[in-house]
Amino acid sequence: MRRGKRRMIKLKFSKIYSFACGKTSFQRDHSRIGGHGHSRVVVCNEPGSFEGEIFSYADNSVRSTKYTVATFLPKSLFEQFRRVANFYFLVAGILAFTKLTPYTAVSAILPLSIIIGATMVKEGIEDWRRKKQDIEVNNRRAILHKGDGLFEYTEWKNLRVGNIVKIMKDEFFPADLLLLSSSYEDAVCYVETMNLDGETNLKLKQGLEVTSSLHEDFKFHDFRAVIKCEDPNANLYSFVGSMEFGEQKYPLSAHQLLLRDSKLRNTDYVFGAVIFTGHDTKVIQNSTDPPSKRSKIEKKMDKIIYLLFCVLFLIAFVGSVLFGITTKRDLVNGIMKRWYLRPDSSTVFFDPERAYAAAIFHSLTALMLYNFFIPISLYFSIEIVKVLQSIFINRDIRMYYEEANKRALARTSNLNEELGQVDTILSDKTGTLTCNSMEFIKCSVAGVAYGRGVTEVEQALGRSNGSPILNESINRLELKSNEIRDSPDRKEPIEGFNFTDERIMNGNWVHEPHADVIQKFFRLLAVCHTAIPVVDEETGNISYEAESPDEAAFVIAAREVGFKFYKRTQTCLSMYELDPISGNEVERTYKLLNVLEYNSSRKRMSVIVKDERGRIFLLCKGADSVMFERLAENGRKYEEKTLEHVREYADAGLRTLILAYRELDEEEYKEFDDKFSEVKNSVSADRETLMEEVSDKMERNLILLGATAVEDKLQNGVPDCIDKLAQAKIKVWVLTGDKMETAINIGFSCRLLRQGMKQIIIHLEIPEIQALEKAGDKRAIAKASRESVHHQISEGGKLVSASRGTCQQTFALIIDGKSLTYALEDDMKNMFLELASYCASFICCRSSPKQKALVTRLVKSGTGKTTLAIGDGANDVGMLQEADVGIGISGVEGMQAVMSSDIAIAQFRYLERLLLVHGHWCYRRMSSMICYFFYKNITFGFTLFLYEVYASFSGQPGYNDWFLSLYSVFFSSLPVIALGVLDQDVSARYCLKFPILYQEGVQNVLFSWRLILSWMLNGFISATMIFFFCTKAIEPQAFDKEGRTAGRDMMGVTMYTCVVWVVNLQMALAIRYFTLIQHIFIWGSIGFWYLFLLAYGAMPPSMSTNVYKVFIETLAPYPSFWVVTFFVVISTLIPSFSCSVIQMWFFPMYHQTVQWIRYERKKSNPE
Amino acid sequence: MSVESSSTSVAVTDAQSKNVRKPKYSRFSQQELDAWQPILTPSWAISIFTVIGLIFIPVGLASLFASESVVEVPFRYDDECLPPDYKNDALAYIQNDSINKTCTRKLTVKNNMQAPIYVYYQLGNFYQNHRRYVKSRNDKQLRNKASEGDVSSCSPEDYTSNEMGHKPIVPCGIIAWSLFNDTYKLSSNNKDLVINKKNIAWKSDQLAKFGSDVYPKNFQTGGLIGGARLNESIPLSEQEDLIVWMRTAALPTFRKLYGKIETDIEVNEEVTLVIENNYNTYEFGGKKSLVLSTTTWVGGRNHFLGMAYILIGGVSLLLAVGFLLLYVMQPRPLGDPSYLSWNKNPGSLR
Repeated sequence: MRRGKRRMIKLKFSKIYSFACGKTSFQRDHSRIGGHGHSRVVVCNEPGSFEGEIFSYADNSVRSTKYTVATFLPKSLFEQFRRVANFYFLVAGILAFTKLTPYTAVSAILPLSIIIGATMVKEGIEDWRRKKQDIEVNNRRAILHKGDGLFEYTEWKNLRVGNIVKIMKDEFFPADLLLLSSSYEDAVCYVETMNLDGETNLKLKQGLEVTSSLHEDFKFHDFRAVIKCEDPNANLYSFVGSMEFGEQKYPLSAHQLLLRDSKLRNTDYVFGAVIFTGHDTKVIQNSTDPPSKRSKIEKKMDKIIYLLFCVLFLIAFVGSVLFGITTKRDLVNGIMKRWYLRPDSSTVFFDPERAYAAAIFHSLTALMLYNFFIPISLYFSIEIVKVLQSIFINRDIRMYYEEANKRALARTSNLNEELGQVDTILSDKTGTLTCNSMEFIKCSVAGVAYGRGVTEVEQALGRSNGSPILNESINRLELKSNEIRDSPDRKEPIEGFNFTDERIMNGNWVHEPHADVIQKFFRLLAVCHTAIPVVDEETGNISYEAESPDEAAFVIAAREVGFKFYKRTQTCLSMYELDPISGNEVERTYKLLNVLEYNSSRKRMSVIVKDERGRIFLLCKGADSVMFERLAENGRKYEEKTLEHVREYADAGLRTLILAYRELDEEEYKEFDDKFSEVKNSVSADRETLMEEVSDKMERNLILLGATAVEDKLQNGVPDCIDKLAQAKIKVWVLTGDKMETAINIGFSCRLLRQGMKQIIIHLEIPEIQALEKAGDKRAIAKASRESVHHQISEGGKLVSASRGTCQQTFALIIDGKSLTYALEDDMKNMFLELASYCASFICCRSSPKQKALVTRLVKSGTGKTTLAIGDGANDVGMLQEADVGIGISGVEGMQAVMSSDIAIAQFRYLERLLLVHGHWCYRRMSSMICYFFYKNITFGFTLFLYEVYASFSGQPGYNDWFLSLYSVFFSSLPVIALGVLDQDVSARYCLKFPILYQEGVQNVLFSWRLILSWMLNGFISATMIFFFCTKAIEPQAFDKEGRTAGRDMMGVTMYTCVVWVVNLQMALAIRYFTLIQHIFIWGSIGFWYLFLLAYGAMPPSMSTNVYKVFIETLAPYPSFWVVTFFVVISTLIPSFSCSVIQMWFFPMYHQTVQWIRYERKKSNPE
Repeated sequence: MSVESSSTSVAVTDAQSKNVRKPKYSRFSQQELDAWQPILTPSWAISIFTVIGLIFIPVGLASLFASESVVEVPFRYDDECLPPDYKNDALAYIQNDSINKTCTRKLTVKNNMQAPIYVYYQLGNFYQNHRRYVKSRNDKQLRNKASEGDVSSCSPEDYTSNEMGHKPIVPCGIIAWSLFNDTYKLSSNNKDLVINKKNIAWKSDQLAKFGSDVYPKNFQTGGLIGGARLNESIPLSEQEDLIVWMRTAALPTFRKLYGKIETDIEVNEEVTLVIENNYNTYEFGGKKSLVLSTTTWVGGRNHFLGMAYILIGGVSLLLAVGFLLLYVMQPRPLGDPSYLSWNKNPGSLR
């Protein structure tokens, strides 16, 4: 009796949480302490001591910036010049200071400096933002033990290894701490690790028993301990160490470790010793730089740049060879040919006697001269455009989620255009397709089904079937629920509770025939859980912190029905419940004896409680697959009915659990408890298995109460969105951890699966394998499984290929995680991928985070197409990082997915707009922008080359130096940026109306080699036409009425004027979307050229050299100039214009067809 | 659309709270700016081509007529003026200063030429646009008396030889050094056709680029004489031949203004040319011509522009007719949504 009493007091959480926080054997791990990789020594609570100095560990400040003040310049310059094109321009710029240069050095360096400078400013601003964030974090406050039991506030950055800190409720841990003691007697505390792994449930940590008494400030004044442990590493879930305290050595594990960035919950305070600080903490060790992703367009653009480099080198080489030959001929046997060049007394660059050297030097000159083939401002323009595009994405009011006050957030601007090329979407289910808010919607108690709510699946099914009866019943039900909603006593909707049934609610359950069963049912819901009640002191409302939304839904359901769980102490659960006899609310307290926790293999959880009358109950809830077999003979009274209901619920897309209980007698319990404690405290390797066995023995002969049905609600608009994505021919694959039935149901409800689709299901729940599993021969199981999966995949393949070409049969592939393991093996994965890509829908259930990432990689590398992964939880991080584009849902679960995503949206349905509108636009903009960029630079660069042909390849540009260098910067850059930011082939409305338009991006028609090369060809043609038309028209006769002829200066300006006109007009012809901004930029660029010409020509000749008054004196007054430019500009544009007319009429692309449609609609009903 | 947007804007103004992260509505940020979205409809395309044709052909005709009205008499004399003895050794002829280079030829002008008649020299295969050549000058020196000594970038024609005192050459550089030095005298019916060599250069050059106080110095004193000598008593701004020469030509075949004749030349008038054939084009195989030409508003005689205008104009009209025929004969429902069918592979379209 004495023993019993003591146990009652000393019963601790540590006992209740039987599985999670026991001691496991650390023998092997602990032998390594002090050895390699385990060398850390932490002397606790001796700040400034000699020993503390030896191990000069980093302080607790963190730095996430890329640069410091000192390293910014060199490092960012290095980053800049790592790009091939920039490096090339740098070399060209340096060479411009030598005699080799075809133009002045300043004119070469200035544009490069502008571009590099602007990019660096952008980098700097981004880094400054990170710096501010760091400062904020480093200056957070923590309570530090200053000595003699006194605690004071200090900044996080001041913490040192070995310090003792006190963390208050709801504070973040400033570093990795060793838990010493807490406000609870047995040094437990609750930790929320949302920032680490995205899980919202609370985790339990427990300090060592020896330190658990240190829960007062003053007790620390003579606390000393030495901790020896592993070196900093990234493994969040393991920790090996030992503590020397007093004369004893105690082993430490991850159960004592409180990680930085997790939060103390439900515990008033804890004391901890700092073990890892700053960059040594596990969370920072864990934060790998996200993989830097580049879009396919950019990768292709690199190839184009290399191609252009080849062209550049080729023409430079040809030019140099020809230059070498002509130079060599200038002086033969001492006889000068072109005497006016003074070949007899030449520098090395033109020396006929050293023609080879001259040719080699000339090739450098040529590389500088032809650098206009490579657009210097391309990278910079692309970055600007992308930033602006992401601003548009962020600002999109139609992607703003009012309820959560969240807008879309493009975390990287690199991948905007990739959004327009997505071929396969890999989606998580929970939290992504569904809200991850579970609603208790139905239940079956004592064989009677309660709950009148209509699930979304039922609605969806009703719609797709079009069955009048169902529709009618739904209508009726909706009507009814509307009535209820409208009725005055209808309360605010309660989160997690969507249950309406007048037979149960408002205490009416007492009048039901099986009131006692109902009472037990809800009592079980109120007691059998690990949730913690949180009482709002102002209103008295109770909410619950639970490990999963399901569990919260149960407790809330119990509360709403009248079983109000309100207090959990270490040993007791207290609740108010309705006394069916008196009709009053009475308080009841259940003594919690044991918790047999849930895990995925047990698929059930139980609690053992003792009620006020001393009766001991085992209350159990679990999956139907494990529960029905555990029922006692006399407990199967409602089995048949319940089973039927469970099936119905599953069909309606609900998650079901079976509830059952059993009364234990004192003896039986005592026997169990002894055995359980014994097993629990053992240190053998198979402790877990033994505990499961012991529990298993107890959880038998249960009496069935009923079943619950919880709806995992679909997010708004998910079915419509998936429908639209399907119309855009984007494949949507769902990868979920749920069980197959649920996954299939959700598949139906979100229209991923449709009636009439042939389902190919690959699974391993087949008798042979189950038989083998019983036998336990792992190798035999693996072999049989592999064969079975192979067989199933090939069967599926046959089925698909048989139907192909005959009828429009669509297939859906459903596979479970276990089979997927085998299907992803090297020899099978291609076969599997082939099958999967023929299927319209693909659902993978019971998949692990790793498998999600593997499937993503398989699709990405197997098909070479663009993949997009979307998810919201920490388990999706791998997938998000692996995919070409990772989209995080900034939803209920933590920020982990968002932090590792490329773009975050608040709801799945925004994906439609993100892809079909923004993705399509960005893809189109980026591809036309890049094509145009190359076009304009080839047009310009090639005229230079043609001029060289007529200047014996001497490297003399046809244009003034400043014309050369300002071409990319002033006269052709803004329109192309406007194109990249604003162009729309069709409006958002039409993008969404004709989702097929999206295929342009998927099939990459706007950035195909064919299109790119035709743009380039267009550039070459334009350049040729401009050059020959100008020279033929102007030379050699008199230019004006006064008989003067045109020299190099006038020819250059005329040709340049033509180039500026042609490239800008070509832009005007290429786009079909003119806002005021486009008009301003296009016509402004042309106008600016004339202004520049005037201004530059008006400068004194020392600055303007040969442009001095060229326009105002020699060109503008004479009609020749205007007649020639008019002719050259118009006729140069005619070929490409004719081509685009023909293409638009006879071979319209998708977007052009849509433009026609829009045009004709507008014509037929003018607004 | 407009209704929807106005309602959202109202909603935004309601949301005053600072924490509301709802993006502000503006037509710009929502990418709903007013835009002109023309597409190449048949009528647009046909009318554009027609308009081009209708503008180009008259302009072409006008400039063709203008160019046609110009009378141009070219006379190539580099081989013509080479004495038969030297046919195979032109270099010996041209480099020998003792040989008299005067060459007199008669030229019958077939059309009436009205004053002013412009006299040009035309060089072929002469690379005035060679990088070494173009750079070999010093603008500062040409402009300022003070910078006379500035001969950077003029090498090798920067200083006189050491025997001559290593003095800076004004004007320095090989452009000036290779100044064209053939001279022409024209006469008709024993009456001199006076060639006026004033106002043949651009005013801006005379005023701003060539100093009125800069006089040639130490010019053509080296061992190797390039071309013309300059009168050291005339400032550079008045040396119009030099100024014209120093505006380097764009292409290897170029014409430069030599002077103007202020009298008319009648039909079938016989003009006597007296040419001092000094300039060495034989060494590099260049051509030399003397050209007499009148001008009109398009300048000299060049049919290219007029022909090209007419050609392109004609092509445009043809295209317009062609497109019109296509449009009439094969009207296509251009905005047929069935073009957006599932099975069509747009990849094959392009």
